[in-house]
Amino acid sequence: MSLEMYLDLFSQPCRSVYIFAKKNDIQFDYKKISLFEGYQYSEEYGKINLLRKVPAIKDGDFCLAESVAIMLYLAEKFHTPDHWYPADLQKCARVNEYLSWQHSAIRIHGSKMFWFKLLIPKALEVEIPKEKMDNAVEDLNASLNLFEEKFLQDRPFIVGDQISLADLVAIVEIMQPVGAGMDVFENRPKLKAWKDRVRAEIGAELFDEAHQAILYAQEAVKTMDPKKMEHFKPKILRYFLS
Amino acid sequence: MPLELYLDLHSQPCRSVFLFAKINKIPFEFKAVDLSAGEQYGDEFGKVSIIRKVPVLKDGDFILTESIAILQYLAAKHHTPDHWYPAELQKRARVDEFLSWQHTNIRTHGSKVFWFRGVLPAVTGAPVPKEKMDAAVEDLNMSLKTFEDKFLQSRPFIIGDQISVADLVAIVEMMQPVSTGLDVFQGRPVLSEWRDRVKKEIGVEVFDEAHKVIMNVDTLPQTFENKGLPEFLKLRIQKMFN
Repeated sequence: MSLEMYLDLFSQPCRSVYIFAKKNDIQFDYKKISLFEGYQYSEEYGKINLLRKVPAIKDGDFCLAESVAIMLYLAEKFHTPDHWYPADLQKCARVNEYLSWQHSAIRIHGSKMFWFKLLIPKALEVEIPKEKMDNAVEDLNASLNLFEEKFLQDRPFIVGDQISLADLVAIVEIMQPVGAGMDVFENRPKLKAWKDRVRAEIGAELFDEAHQAILYAQEAVKTMDPKKMEHFKPKILRYFLS
Repeated sequence: MPLELYLDLHSQPCRSVFLFAKINKIPFEFKAVDLSAGEQYGDEFGKVSIIRKVPVLKDGDFILTESIAILQYLAAKHHTPDHWYPAELQKRARVDEFLSWQHTNIRTHGSKVFWFRGVLPAVTGAPVPKEKMDAAVEDLNMSLKTFEDKFLQSRPFIIGDQISVADLVAIVEMMQPVSTGLDVFQGRPVLSEWRDRVKKEIGVEVFDEAHKVIMNVDTLPQTFENKGLPEFLKLRIQKMFN
């Protein structure tokens, strides 16, 4: 029985799962879905993932949501190389520490920048108040500072000499504001060097393939019909601007 | 050198770590951190963790933040009973799924309600605007519904017949709004029964011990009046919810 992966590569956690599976030659049935089309709200998708988010996998009868849980599952099931999720107690703890911290830090702040700089003004045609925008930029910078000062420091990768799930999750999140036209690597040479290292380890081709959609977002949004986003609008505005 | 745990039991993730260590008879030195006095922003705590959050674990020279990572570390190092963090692939995935989801759902919304009801009025001297309060409670209710519909369903515990760290993390988060007088268990019989079951498995005495401080949160205004509230803390709190 095959492994199905429900993904929309606009979504950061979908990219980490996609890259991890591809990099490790894990065979899967790519169920490409569109968040902007609202597929996550369909009855069909509700049977896969009641949380109505992506990514989700269906391995035989076993359905699983949450990218971190999915990658830990795949790492274990397919016996991926140790460096992705080390067996060593302290190294593993360092990966877990990052995977936990990032939810409420880089992920939130990077996502917010993408919505604030691109989707809300261009697709929803709503202007972001200056104070909120400034706060959002400040928050993202604070997260990036902590990333460099605590999680990366002088190491090549987060946990040491080798890439792990932590770097993979970090990079896909950091690429999100980049997709909105914000150069997070400007004046951050250490971060840029790390990003280049991670991209090389993943493989430039795979990395670029996974990021094609998000890096094209500024163009894509020009052809987006604001009317199609109407049903998202109240929810999004409340979530981000209340 | 004994294990040190830097904790303030006002904090939900501190309670899950405290309870886990106590239940599993893991000896530790309780290093109290006073969040209401802004101790996490001091120079001394900064030497322990520049992220300036609690809980923090210090095991010899090894310092670890993030309660999820700490729980996983303690479970592995001290070979705690399997049911806490099962070795079996799918059971573990279910625990990981909940631990991942909760960060930006029950944790976020339970915390927000706690701050809005229990802390902000004491800091600003005024109640939170009704619209903001209602939105926060609505978000919390939606998270609780998702918890019941997807994570608990008709099982005794989140992943089945036995308690795991998922239940531990869930319960400490739900107790946060409860401490301000919002009884999230009222009108939710399935949730109440789960709560009773979890409390019993943990041990009522140690559960109550862990929650003693937070259940006295209505004394917080007096604490702020007595000790004074550091200005930077006040600004930080206000920014958090604007």
